Amino acid sequence: MSIWEFANPVRFMRLSGRLLPYLVVLTVVSLVTGLIWGFFFTPDDRAQGAAVKILFVHVPFAFLAINIYFMMFVTSLIWLIRRHHVSALAAKAAAPIGAVFTLAAIISGALWGSTTWGTYWQWDPKLTSFLIMLIFYIGYIALWDSIDEPDKAADLTSILCLIGSVFAIVSRYAVNIWNQGIHQGASLSIDREEHVSNVYWLPLMLIMVGAFLLFLVLLLLRTRTEIRKRRITALQAREL
Amino acid sequence: MMPELGRYAISVLGSYGSTIVLVSALIIVTVLRGRASKKTLAALELKHKGKR
Repeated sequence: MSIWEFANPVRFMRLSGRLLPYLVVLTVVSLVTGLIWGFFFTPDDRAQGAAVKILFVHVPFAFLAINIYFMMFVTSLIWLIRRHHVSALAAKAAAPIGAVFTLAAIISGALWGSTTWGTYWQWDPKLTSFLIMLIFYIGYIALWDSIDEPDKAADLTSILCLIGSVFAIVSRYAVNIWNQGIHQGASLSIDREEHVSNVYWLPLMLIMVGAFLLFLVLLLLRTRTEIRKRRITALQAREL
Repeated sequence: MMPELGRYAISVLGSYGSTIVLVSALIIVTVLRGRASKKTLAALELKHKGKR
C-alpha cells in the first residue's frame, strides 16, 4: 500500500475509520499506564526532588509540539507540490493540536522552571523560540479561518507554515545553537550516557508513545471532520 | 498511595492539572465538532438522495 492512497478522501475515510478504534485503545493503555508509572512509582531525583515528575508531562508534549510543526511542514510541501487536498486538510487539522501541546509544554515548563531556576519565565533562546512557535501556530489557524476560498487558504497557510518551520527547528536546537540561557540540553538522546536514568526513561518512553498515538488519533478525527466539512460545503453550493 | 511531593506539590500538580485540562478540552472539542459535521453531512446527503 502506498502512502499516496491516503490522498484519496474516500480511501482516507475508510482506512482511518478502520484504524481509529485500535489506535484509541492503544493510546489510552499507553498514556494511562505511563502516567501512573511516572507519577506514582518513580523515585525523587537527588537534585530536583519530586519536581522531576514534571518531566513526564513536559518532555512528551514539548517534543510533539516541535514535531507536529515538522509534520505540517511536510504536508504543506506536499500540498504546494502535488496539490493533494487531504495533505492540506491534515496540516489544518494538526495546527490546533500543535498549539495546545505547545501551550501545555510552556505552562508545565514554567512551573518546572519556578522550582529549578527560581523563575517562571526568562527570555532564554529555547523558551523564546517556543513562544514564537506558539504564535505561528495561532497565526496559521487564524489565517485558515480568515480566507473563504479553500485552495487560496491552503496556499497561503502552507507558505506561512514553511516560514514558521525555521522557529520549530530553532526551538529544537536553540540550546545547541546559542549554547546559553537557562534551559538545559535534551533529556533524551540516542547516546545512552547522555539521556536520563532508566528509572525515568522507561515510563517516559511509554508516555511518549501514548502522546504520539493521542496526536495520531486527534489528527485522524480532525482530518475526517475537515473532509466532511468540504463535502458539506460542496453539497450546500449545489443547493444554491 | 499519593507520593510525597513536599514543597513541589503546587508545581507538580499544576503541571499535570494544566496539561490534563488542556488536552481534555482539545479531545472534547474534536469529538463534538466531528459528531456535528457527521450529523450535518448525513442530513444533507439524505436530502440530496431524495431530490434525485
